[in-house]
Amino acid sequence: MNTIANWFANSMSVDARSRTLLAIGSFLIPLLVWSLVSYVPFVWHPKVYVTDPGDVDYLQAGMLVDKPMFAEEVANMEQSQLAPPVGHPSNPIYLPAPDEVAKAFYNGFANPPTNTDVPSMPASLWHSIQIIFWGFLISSLIGVPLGILSGTYNLVGRLNEPFIEFFRYLPAPAFGALAVAILGIYDGPKIAIIVIGTLFQQVLIIANTTRKLEATIIEAARTLGTRNLKLLTKVVVPGILPDLYRDQRILLGWAWTYLIVAELIGTSSGITWFITQQARYQHFDNVYAAIMTIGIIGFGTDLVLAWLGRRLFPWDRTQDRS
Amino acid sequence: MNQETLPSHLDQSPEVRARFERIRNREVILEVRGLGKRYRTPQGDTEALKGIDFSVRRREFVCVIGPSGCGKSTLIRILAGLDQHTDGEALLDGKPIKGPGQDRGMVFQGYSLFPWLTVKKNVMFGPQMNGRGRDEAEHDAMMWLDLVGLEKFADAYPHQLSGGMRQRVAIARALVNQPRILLMDEPFGALDAQTRARMQTHLIDIWKNIDITVLFITHDLDEAIYLADRILVLKAHPGEVQEVIEVPVPRPRTPGQFNSPEFRATKARLEELIHPAAEHAPEDEEDDKVKPHLIRLTDINDNVE
Ligand SMILES: Nc1ncnc2c1ncn2[C@@H]1O[C@H](COP(=O)(O)OP(=O)(O)OP(=O)(O)O)[C@@H](O)[C@H]1O
Ligand SMILES: [Mg+2]
Repeated sequence: MNTIANWFANSMSVDARSRTLLAIGSFLIPLLVWSLVSYVPFVWHPKVYVTDPGDVDYLQAGMLVDKPMFAEEVANMEQSQLAPPVGHPSNPIYLPAPDEVAKAFYNGFANPPTNTDVPSMPASLWHSIQIIFWGFLISSLIGVPLGILSGTYNLVGRLNEPFIEFFRYLPAPAFGALAVAILGIYDGPKIAIIVIGTLFQQVLIIANTTRKLEATIIEAARTLGTRNLKLLTKVVVPGILPDLYRDQRILLGWAWTYLIVAELIGTSSGITWFITQQARYQHFDNVYAAIMTIGIIGFGTDLVLAWLGRRLFPWDRTQDRS
Repeated sequence: MNQETLPSHLDQSPEVRARFERIRNREVILEVRGLGKRYRTPQGDTEALKGIDFSVRRREFVCVIGPSGCGKSTLIRILAGLDQHTDGEALLDGKPIKGPGQDRGMVFQGYSLFPWLTVKKNVMFGPQMNGRGRDEAEHDAMMWLDLVGLEKFADAYPHQLSGGMRQRVAIARALVNQPRILLMDEPFGALDAQTRARMQTHLIDIWKNIDITVLFITHDLDEAIYLADRILVLKAHPGEVQEVIEVPVPRPRTPGQFNSPEFRATKARLEELIHPAAEHAPEDEEDDKVKPHLIRLTDINDNVE
């Protein structure tokens, strides 16, 4: 018995360890590919970074030119006994190397610009997080109760689900202009887009989760004297809570995917504005840093929520797997 | 088995007869008259129960047995108030059953414990729903957990318990409400043979010590005979009472009685009722509609027999 238990425990812990290693690996592999492409000159590097234009009049130090064109100019200059241009192979401007992005990431947070008409990364992010927070909160305040009621009482479900089923096929961004007309050009329409994008899915998903609650659990509660509202608050809600929590985690991820569209509506703002501004000035290192920050925030939030889920619902073993 | 040497299941020893006499003198707890249940489905009506008549007296242990689909669960669910009957009446202490109530406790086959509550809180659930204070509920819960031998597991969650332990909690949870009758729908059906035997003995011990009447559904003949004072045998399509058998096996019951002549006689009678000649068995008819079509999915030379 004991040895079996030990063996089982060992195999579980090895599993957990290899799972962590695999998770790290899944991040290291893309990073490795990116580093290879960035640092090993013969992998790609289709451009040449000009360090000295030589006697070519239209070249300047710091320019990126195509390799064949550069080679041609070198040949031309050599033929005419003039100083050939000097440069080193380089990747296109839209693919900065990992260290450049890392520096941009660090600078974005450590030395944000003092100049107020250039957006700073922390301020932009903070604005985006607020949009997500309010959008998701408003959606949840309506969607969670409505979903639970629809799943518990057939009548409620039948009354709203067909319409919601229809509405969720309407793309949320299509309501952008309408939202601006109604809610103005600032944060109102952006929050509205997040709500429209999340709410309808939320009602349907939570109604389904509620329906999956074991019928015997409700029946057992009824035979123990539970009635009416208490059946909802003392049995249905606690019964679905772990699954509801998981649904909310997934839905929060969807809310993030609507963020970029939402922030382009009205006056652009938040991290989207930061990204478009930086792209316009060709600061692609900043663009990558910003995109990654979104990923880190989204993924980080989910990890924290998953950890919290294990704490909150010790009876629910499926929390461990997600 | 040697059929001729068996006594009739109707032969009762004087003690057993006296016992049934005493039971008949007790008041009726549950009375079922002409009870019927018809399900309307797109495929037509199903008469799940028809003209069921029986009564159960105080502290009697009655088992219900019958082929699959004969309406055992339907019957007990109506008595629990979870389903509505379409005909006749069911009275508990003379009052018609309308909906669930704390005068009836129910134990389901599946684990119906609340997974989000600890064992103790599961047992406290009923009293709290019925307006009792927290301390009082906790006190009662601990008493009942002690009675089923699980006071050490009071703070465990149901998923940490074995199947047998979970059913003990379910029994405690039903009994803490002090119901007049305990309704059990194949409560030990999912347990392994050993656990099952232990649970049967345990249930009899509980029943002996408290004022409770039990209606117990099973499809295990041995279990029915071992536990019951009387066995209600149902037949299917429509679900009707086929026979009510007074179990002639004396009490106290012990596993050693499984081989006694009374036990075997009763079992022989039940088998006669439940597994008659194949052409009459409705379950076989139904099974005949499902014809498996087996094709060979392994190497033709790779034989297991
Ligand atoms: N909700 C329902 N709708 C339609 N028919 C039903 C419903 N519930 C049960 N039935 C039918 O009623 C009959 C009795 O079902 P029931 O579940 O009471 O049988 P049972 O004796 O408990 O069977 P088992 O031994 O398999 O548990 C069956 O023929 C079944 O198909
Ligand atoms: Mg059944």
